[in-house]
Amino acid sequence: MTRAGGVGTGRPSGAPKKTPADECIWNRVQQVVRWVQHPHVRNIDKGGVPLSKYTTVFGSLDHFEKGGVEVINDDPKNYVFSNMFEVAKGSKPWEKVAVAKNQEYVLEAIRAEGTSEWRVTPHDEFALVVDGEVVIELLAPTAPLVDPGASGSRAVKGEPEGSPMGTVTAGRGHMTLLPAGRCYRMSAAKPSVVLLQTIEGPDTILRWADICQKF
Amino acid sequence: MSNESLVSSGEANEHGYRPFTLGGFHFDRDEHFVHITWPTGRHEAAIEPFLKALMRDVAWNFFYGTVNFDAVIGTLNHYGNVDLFAGRFNQAYREAELDHTENFPHDEIKATFEAMLGDWVNESFDPFAAPQETGSAYGLKSGANTAAVTRTRIAANRMVGLPDDEPLRSDESGYPVNRMFADVDQTEPHVEVVPGFESEVSAFNFFAYLSRSDVTWNPSVVSVCRDSLFCPTTEEFILPIIHGNDRVEWFVQLSDEIVWEVEDRDTGKPRAKVIMKAGDCAAMPADIRHQGFSPKRSMLLVWENNSSELPGQIARGEAPVVPVRF
Repeated sequence: MTRAGGVGTGRPSGAPKKTPADECIWNRVQQVVRWVQHPHVRNIDKGGVPLSKYTTVFGSLDHFEKGGVEVINDDPKNYVFSNMFEVAKGSKPWEKVAVAKNQEYVLEAIRAEGTSEWRVTPHDEFALVVDGEVVIELLAPTAPLVDPGASGSRAVKGEPEGSPMGTVTAGRGHMTLLPAGRCYRMSAAKPSVVLLQTIEGPDTILRWADICQKF
Repeated sequence: MSNESLVSSGEANEHGYRPFTLGGFHFDRDEHFVHITWPTGRHEAAIEPFLKALMRDVAWNFFYGTVNFDAVIGTLNHYGNVDLFAGRFNQAYREAELDHTENFPHDEIKATFEAMLGDWVNESFDPFAAPQETGSAYGLKSGANTAAVTRTRIAANRMVGLPDDEPLRSDESGYPVNRMFADVDQTEPHVEVVPGFESEVSAFNFFAYLSRSDVTWNPSVVSVCRDSLFCPTTEEFILPIIHGNDRVEWFVQLSDEIVWEVEDRDTGKPRAKVIMKAGDCAAMPADIRHQGFSPKRSMLLVWENNSSELPGQIARGEAPVVPVRF
């Protein structure tokens, strides 16, 4: 018997609590719904002509569909399942919320909106814009601002002194190197989302119980 | 392509294929099947999925943990030497005491597997390609596809596109946009560089890069943050192996959808299905095995921790089974 939780199953949040038998039926219905919504199946209904075009589905703050863990014999918390767009939707601008963690390493979902503070990173970081457009300014500080052995970026007070290195205007799907020892500042005219490959630092926010599937 | 001095092989059979021996394991192929024997048993498998699994095992250098070709045959990486097993992670085989494991130096098993791929993959078949993008693996011996089976796994030192690092993909370099990603925006980011900082101010279209991948289920390293590796890959149809984790790994679904079947690593008993849609993030615990199903070609970010400390932690039982507890 499946004991899948509500996350990712598309169940209305206000629906009454279901019995285990209801859960089984609900999951079967969802499986059928997923199948008939598949482009190939929809096309078969229209006469069985093979599709000549495919639509690549990306997520965004405004539109994302969340999957989920359908448990057979396990604890869904083992999978630390979340959705970066859902996380960013519930975040304040520039909050660095971890959506994945492997020992000291993390991936942070960042809601980019307005202009961030200047930050300095002791190691390379990589910013992947997954929704919207983000402008990234890079600066070589006159003097080192961070211990190169440290982990995670630090906020810089005020405007750092140094030499401008350049600017990247990154849209959806664009990855930018944030080089070790350098400062960066991001800005986004509209709410956007950045997935940051980095190491857990003093400003990394860990709130797994809030963002992950628990049941 | 391989160190032939480490390979034990024989004359081609009536189907045109050479047999191979690794310790007590013996491998033969005919038009349809691979036939594997070992001192306590035998196993038959369709040759196409077998070659696809073999290809990944070689290309990934036996990967992290267990590479199950199917429910019986597979390898377990000890990082320097490798177990080849039959029935080791199959409860019925173990209970019947029919399971069999032999350990080989890394170079010996790799050379044998490479030689097997070189001889058993025919000219029209590419084990890395999606089913609709390649010919058949079946039939009598017919040439070879050396270029396909000796592809070098792309591994950036810092980030793809930087000077002196792995190049971007383009039509000109032989990487056209895949038929299922024809709608992916190919526009590159706008980069303004102050002279002198060309090696540090860099950006590229990650999604466009992935849309031009010519392989499936074959992660490549695109960016490196100390031991944190971004290993994106494009997936279509079924992951040809069942990966048994020895460490936590993470999946971030960048586009479309993949369904993961998750089983207990040691017994194969089902534990969960993980349905991942664009934007979803999920860990694979260190005590499971998993296989993915991708109806449409999708973009998956596999995120790995390549720390040299991990094999020791795993051997001592100190590596975490799940990434976080909450």
